[in-house]
Amino acid sequence: MTPEELRRLAESHEEARPEPRHCIKVCVAAGCLSAGSDRVREALQNEIAQRGLENECEVKGVGCLGLCTAGPLMLVEPDGVMYQRVTEEDAPAIVESLGKKSVEQLVCPSDMSFFTKQYKIVLENSGVIDPEKIEDYIARDGYTALARVLEEMTPQEVIDEITRSGLRGRGGAGYPTGLKWSTVAKAGGSRKFVICNADEGDPGAFMDRSVLESDPHRVLEGMAIAAYAVGASQGFLYVRAEYPLAVKRLRTAIRQAERLGLLGNNICGTTFSFHVDIRLGAGAFVCGEETALIASIEGKRGQPRPRPPYPAEYGLWGYPTLINNVETFANVAPIIRNGGDWFASIGTEKSKGTKVFALAGRVRNTGLIEVPMGITLREIIFDIGGGIPDGHRFKAVQTGGPSGGCIPEQYLDMPVDYDSLAKVGSIMGSGGMIVMDETSCMVDVAKFFMDFCVSESCGKCVPCRVGTAQMYHLLNKITSGEATMEDLALLEELCDMVKYTSLCGLGQTAPNPVLSTLQYFREEYIAHIVDKQCPAGVCQMRQ
Amino acid sequence: MHFTKPSPPSDDKRWRIVEATMRRHGYDHNALIETLHSVQQTFGYLDTEALQYVAKALRVPLSKVYGVATFYHFFTLKPQGEHTCVVCMGTACYIKGAPHVVAAISEKYQIQPGETTADGKLSLLTARCIGACGLAPAVVFDGEVAGKVTPEEALQRIGRWTDQ
Repeated sequence: MTPEELRRLAESHEEARPEPRHCIKVCVAAGCLSAGSDRVREALQNEIAQRGLENECEVKGVGCLGLCTAGPLMLVEPDGVMYQRVTEEDAPAIVESLGKKSVEQLVCPSDMSFFTKQYKIVLENSGVIDPEKIEDYIARDGYTALARVLEEMTPQEVIDEITRSGLRGRGGAGYPTGLKWSTVAKAGGSRKFVICNADEGDPGAFMDRSVLESDPHRVLEGMAIAAYAVGASQGFLYVRAEYPLAVKRLRTAIRQAERLGLLGNNICGTTFSFHVDIRLGAGAFVCGEETALIASIEGKRGQPRPRPPYPAEYGLWGYPTLINNVETFANVAPIIRNGGDWFASIGTEKSKGTKVFALAGRVRNTGLIEVPMGITLREIIFDIGGGIPDGHRFKAVQTGGPSGGCIPEQYLDMPVDYDSLAKVGSIMGSGGMIVMDETSCMVDVAKFFMDFCVSESCGKCVPCRVGTAQMYHLLNKITSGEATMEDLALLEELCDMVKYTSLCGLGQTAPNPVLSTLQYFREEYIAHIVDKQCPAGVCQMRQ
Repeated sequence: MHFTKPSPPSDDKRWRIVEATMRRHGYDHNALIETLHSVQQTFGYLDTEALQYVAKALRVPLSKVYGVATFYHFFTLKPQGEHTCVVCMGTACYIKGAPHVVAAISEKYQIQPGETTADGKLSLLTARCIGACGLAPAVVFDGEVAGKVTPEEALQRIGRWTDQ
């Protein structure tokens, strides 16, 4: 398929069907599905068929609309009315209301800060297109970036554009994407690989799942552009087996793109070929680490190895390999379409663009959001998130999962970017953001993450395997009221040891939740140890 | 060296699905995890015969197959109960009360997470995070995700299975 044909396809898709007067877009991402959105969609279709309105009104399954807590969500166009918590029984009323007054009791105010304060790049197609139809994606400028790259740009120009954009890895560490690409491009080797890391293991994070379920082609396009830039012809998508819907939609997307010649051999009629295969993860958090992920694709236990050599030089089966996160790849096509300078104009000086966050925990509006870098935590939690429900008080926000930390109230006005978060002892991470109120005990939260690290440690290096277990043991002693101040000193000593001597990121960051809670909520530790009391009333004391 | 393809442990027709997976990957030893996924999806768990067969077919040492099967949490070497209840223990679910859900089920059915009731009706499992954080606490009843689950609701859903 040539770029010209692509444009024609997009246009013919628009013209082929006379646009129905009304379109009801029902969210069919996992969140709303589990709230019953597929049944609602069926009920709507039946209702429309019964009234013989098939030509007037279309019911469409779309990706994530964001506000998961109010699911099932749907958007009625062209009225632009959003409905929340819809049940099958509401179908007749909704169909009846088309073109008339909307169903008052179901309306979800789309002018609330949750929607207006967001800035969508990665999620621009989420909730708009049907993720199972490539035509929908193409009609929204899909694959034009790939066609342009193949037609007009050299690999070096692509890398320059990405470098100019200032895009940094969205998996957590924030390594400059352009630099990574150029390292792989420069590496010698008869074969090269591109891997998309979709092993979203952080508990409390679902950005990647949502992107894959809502806009799978975007990720594939980003991977293909990356492959062209670095000189690879084979790609792997490493997805968690726990995300069956994402896997299903990816398989569909790959098949569709291959059929149109947008993946596979001689893409867009050029000499460039790129094949993508899916590899299923099997539930190991450590496989988010790039060398462990590579071992897992090779069919081995997911154990990391020391770096250097980095995968950019010595990766999958020893060949140079580019590994980026789902969200990073999802940013590529818009950067090519709109230019690196456009992307660089969004965000802060050192963190460009936007970031998708999974907002969850003790906050009113839980769901998926995308905000420009540099927005404050207060804006995210209190404006977009709507604050803390049930009259409770904000206590801390946890970012970065088991590798991150808990940020207390005094930093709420801090801008959210890679460096500011690191300064207060947390990390950007992949984008999980869990809000906690006074009913959460910080020692218990630290213990929760340590328990996670103990069971997810791969066992290869001693500091991580034994150190995390000892730290868990000490935390357990503290939460059951049996610890002394010496135990606390030992815990702090262990934090340092595990942090500086572990082999991979899992061990090196495992102490972060303990360190950050010790830094900001030390009095809670003391209360457990000295007063034998849990201020939040969570921990059961033995005495 | 000549290699003869081993025959499956039984003439159960479902082995054809597993064979198809291995064939698609050219019986490459790299396809070990894919093959184990296929076995587990087809039979529900990985038993010793299955591991031995996969080891032979892909020409991988049995020790390595066992190592991989036990390394990844997704694989199970024990058959599951007739019904499964997976409680998500991700951070969001944890702070919104998932431990109470687990405790309620554990107490009523006298099983710990990872165990199956003596009559084989119910398996209780916990998940690291199923990515339904907006609906915390989330529980998966026989593959169907339910959000904002209270301990009472969980017991009620399970009761429908066990009271029959």
